[in-house]
Amino acid sequence: MSNFNRHEKKLPVLLLLPVALVVLGVVIYPLLYTFWLSLNNVDLTHPLDKGFVGLGNYLYLVKQDYFWGAVGRTFYFTVVSLILEITAGILLALLLNSEFAGRSILRVLVILPWALPTIVNGAMWRWIFNPEYGALNALLLKLGLINTYQSWLGKPFLALNMVILADAWKVTPLVAILLLAAMQAIPKDLYEACEVDGAGKWTVFREVILPYLKPTLLVVIVLRTMEAFKVFDIIYIMTRGGPANGTQVITYYAYQEAFSFLHLSKGAALSYLISLIILVLAVVYSRLLKSEL
Amino acid sequence: MAVRTKAEKILKKVVLWSGFLLVTLIILAPFAWLFISSVASQADLLAKPLKFWPEHVDFSRYARIFSGDAGDETAYTFYRAMFNSARIALTVTVISLTAGSLAAYAFTRMQGNFKDKLLYLLIYTYMLPPIAIIIPMFLIMSKLGLLDTIYSLIIVYSSFITPFVVWLMRGFLATLPVELEEAAMVDGLTRMQAFFRVILPLAVPGLVATGIFAFLMAWDEFMYALIFTSSIDAKTISVAIAEFSGKNAVDYGMIAAGGVLAALPPVILALVFQKYIISGLTSGSVKG
Repeated sequence: MSNFNRHEKKLPVLLLLPVALVVLGVVIYPLLYTFWLSLNNVDLTHPLDKGFVGLGNYLYLVKQDYFWGAVGRTFYFTVVSLILEITAGILLALLLNSEFAGRSILRVLVILPWALPTIVNGAMWRWIFNPEYGALNALLLKLGLINTYQSWLGKPFLALNMVILADAWKVTPLVAILLLAAMQAIPKDLYEACEVDGAGKWTVFREVILPYLKPTLLVVIVLRTMEAFKVFDIIYIMTRGGPANGTQVITYYAYQEAFSFLHLSKGAALSYLISLIILVLAVVYSRLLKSEL
Repeated sequence: MAVRTKAEKILKKVVLWSGFLLVTLIILAPFAWLFISSVASQADLLAKPLKFWPEHVDFSRYARIFSGDAGDETAYTFYRAMFNSARIALTVTVISLTAGSLAAYAFTRMQGNFKDKLLYLLIYTYMLPPIAIIIPMFLIMSKLGLLDTIYSLIIVYSSFITPFVVWLMRGFLATLPVELEEAAMVDGLTRMQAFFRVILPLAVPGLVATGIFAFLMAWDEFMYALIFTSSIDAKTISVAIAEFSGKNAVDYGMIAAGGVLAALPPVILALVFQKYIISGLTSGSVKG
């Protein structure tokens, strides 16, 4: 009886209708529209050159060094972010899972960076990294760690790394919260058994904690890869893709093509490439969740 | 059981408390600096060597923002943008909670493969990067005359936040015993009456948690807002902050004040509803 019976055939349809409308109207149609754009030549700076070009835009893109540069930086951003967030996240989760008086305060604190809006986070770190008036330079100089003020966001490769740090500061607590939930599911007697065996800390971590974390870790890795791959907001607020394209990741490149240069079709082709990669990751993610059900 | 030596216990305490201090410092120092920057005088902010503790504390930037004085460009933009963000986020929360809970209920009571496929379609919708549809959405909004209005953002935000609501609410509704609504229906209530009078009141904690997530997602969104809005009638607080921090003559203190105000609603919500949020985060992303 709890399931819909024969007389209620229309009810689930009615209940799902609002969501279906929203999804079909606001997502599927634009998605097809993007695809159409990517196969045509729509360039608002040359409105007369309209026409079907097939895969021309895609072929044009993959021949550009500019494109591969953006792809490389996106991979670098993703891989370094993941390593940083997972390592720091595990350590933070271990700390949050330890029994000591500071634990409850920490558990409240970790939610703060997560709650901070991305743009405020970026603006805050941009101000901290400011080459002339920034707090980081002043602090490091005071501690004697640097001799002169550094331009943290002024050198291409350094800037990319500083943006990764700012992003990791906001995201690591979330990773830690998810891992902590997994750690809390580990039965207490497992630890006790280890103590009886006289196992060292590292062995306990590798043999007991890590296997319990594995499913969550996989989910976190897929989710974070997806997020890192489409990173845009923090790049926009901190560096606008600069200096010298040093932080120009692929989504920023697509944004520029479409909305700065008005090459709508090239932007659409780029965004389709990004979406395909995200789709693959989303499928992996849903498989992971399914295998856990 | 192996006996722990006293030295080991002390070492453990030292490690834990240094970790505690380090994490507290790393989390709180940037927040503190953001707040200090918002109340320090411009002279203190631009002083060399930098004064970490300002000599002149000055709350006037907040007063300027809340005065709503249209002649004060930066302050007035922040003032209006806060209201735009709030209106957008609240409307999206109401829309997505309504449409999303109904669909979530249907999902928990439906059978068959079709429902699973639909559910995964919804997850993909939620995960779709904005860049995938933002170009045509811009053209569509422009044709509909909705560019630079809060409605354009309400529509797009609802499109990706509603699927997320379905996903979370489905989890919450699945935990409620079906016997309750069966009993209600035996007593003569229709299914919809049973849903509204019996199920929904029990799902309030889930609705609150999901509503907070919906609000935070809408409040935080940036890319659509950047591209769809341009005037103070529609601009969100994130767009306003990005705009002013990109200018040449930057009023750092004012941006910090705007940042503090933009951060306050989500931070307060997160602190007040911490338990809900943590359980929502873990059940929303890790469990199916």
